[in-house]
Amino acid sequence: MAAENYLEFEKAVVELENKIAELRSFTDDQRLNLKEEIEQLEQKAETMRRDIYRKLTPWQIVQVSRHPMRPHTLDYFNGVFERFIELHGDRAFIDDRAMVGGLAWLDKKPMVVIGTQKGKDTKENLAHNFGLPLPEGYRKALRLMKFAEKFNLPVITFVDTTGAFPGLEGEERGVAEAIARNLRDMSVLRVPIIVVVIGEGGSGGAIGIAVGDRVAMLENSVYSVISPEGCAAILWKDRAQAPKAAEILRITAADLKRLGVIEDIITEPLGGAHREPQTIIAKVKQYLQENLPELSAKPIEVLLEERYMKFRKVGVFEAAAHEC
Amino acid sequence: MDWFKKPKYMTVRVTSKKKLDIPDNLVTRCPGCSEIILNKDIENAQRTCPKCNHHFQMPARERILFLADPDSFRETSGRIQAADPLAFPGYRDKVVKGKKQTGNLDSVIAGFCTMGGIPVGLAATDFRFMGGSMGSVLGEEIAALIEKAVERKNPVVIVSASGGGARMQEGIISLMQMAKTSAALARLAAAKQMFISVLTDPTGGGVTASFAMLGDVIIAEPNALIMFAGPRVIEQTIRQHLPKRFQRAEFLQEHGMIDIIVRRQEMRDRLIQLLSITQPVPAQE
Repeated sequence: MAAENYLEFEKAVVELENKIAELRSFTDDQRLNLKEEIEQLEQKAETMRRDIYRKLTPWQIVQVSRHPMRPHTLDYFNGVFERFIELHGDRAFIDDRAMVGGLAWLDKKPMVVIGTQKGKDTKENLAHNFGLPLPEGYRKALRLMKFAEKFNLPVITFVDTTGAFPGLEGEERGVAEAIARNLRDMSVLRVPIIVVVIGEGGSGGAIGIAVGDRVAMLENSVYSVISPEGCAAILWKDRAQAPKAAEILRITAADLKRLGVIEDIITEPLGGAHREPQTIIAKVKQYLQENLPELSAKPIEVLLEERYMKFRKVGVFEAAAHEC
Repeated sequence: MDWFKKPKYMTVRVTSKKKLDIPDNLVTRCPGCSEIILNKDIENAQRTCPKCNHHFQMPARERILFLADPDSFRETSGRIQAADPLAFPGYRDKVVKGKKQTGNLDSVIAGFCTMGGIPVGLAATDFRFMGGSMGSVLGEEIAALIEKAVERKNPVVIVSASGGGARMQEGIISLMQMAKTSAALARLAAAKQMFISVLTDPTGGGVTASFAMLGDVIIAEPNALIMFAGPRVIEQTIRQHLPKRFQRAEFLQEHGMIDIIVRRQEMRDRLIQLLSITQPVPAQE
């Protein structure tokens, strides 16, 4: 793993791994037999990593979820599916590159795939506007969903965004309306919808493509009403308190499962999805293969009623002591 | 002439208490025209400034009584109150404060009434209760109101004063209320019942990005701040200079986001006119 891509909390284990690599090349040069020592060290590194990842704090999970080398939406489009044909544009204004989508085939079956796209580096991030969609991104997504409905194709969405683009253009062109419309229309879209949160599920920008029959989260992804930094700024006027806010907000996959907001958690390889992209891509593929047949077999009215009730029942309140 | 001579002023100490010996609850300085206006005059004008027509915020219950036909409102809300699902710091205190300030259990009042004789589901949110933010209670009351309206075949009017958007203190559960209320509106649409969304100052975030922007007709009060991301968030995040009147009702209308701007004094009549299209046309005599 490239040294510049490790997270602060895995520094110790990365240093050890670098040592092992050094030792290995040294052994090769000198024809020394350090095989046993290296194996021991490797085991130690593995244990260290396991220990770190077994008890990641919510803030550490936020960092893993934002890891630049983590597989992004297009990696899944190209890795999970046999073929992907990108379809561009909202047919009204522009092609928002922060939202990508198109036709894809899984086990020879066609479906529509949509997702927010972050980049691995600055160049990619600039090309995709850092995964912050404009209103046109949500409108493109809805256009593709209506396309799916017309041809009776299931819809798979991949969520990975800090949020909708918070700027002048978005406000002028009605990003709130675009998200709201998606929420309403996805709730009655007459084809199965599976949502996979693969990285960051940032507030309205995330839920704008996340009304589905199944919502799954990767183990180290997060989904929240506000970023930990934003929450910390409001609560304590200090963005540096984000780690504390991450805890309070309950944003991890485990938290959301407990709160009954998502159905499934897809476990990640040790050390996070970015360490073994092929493994996580295979797991997401398997998840879709397991869930699509069941959803596709359901009568559409049953599917829609269940989808409605799934969101309808989310809410925690108490009976009032007396009527107000 | 000695331009640089220090001017000689007589210093008079004015204790502001002495000078303005008017209790705070009697007058208000209007943010629109800076005039000092008697509170009584503002209240008599449906909480607008009699000098410049600035629209002050209106409490939810007052709004409903102002819009509904006299004695016709039957409240469906008021039976549930906020829990604290995340054990979020300070949330319970904020709810207690909101209850005290408004006399309501949460940020919304909902129920059924007639307007100009037309039966209608009517709700209003209250900015004084945690910024009118949407948590589980608001989401539930709105969804339940819409579902009942579907059953009764009634149109729905919701007046938003929810600058707080989705209520942070309930975390992801608040976010889900956006999907819940919007899905309920899909059912209202399928039942071919009209939904009129009235946006008042201020309405933002997760409320704007759900039911508030889904009206068959979207009305705003003059100068109301209507936004997705707040201006401060935008300025901080992307350091963009924002134009004058940005995110005000008139700006939104120019950009095609709302149908009409209606002054509060004319709101009830205008709503009744719009709702009347849902009524059967009386037979010719």
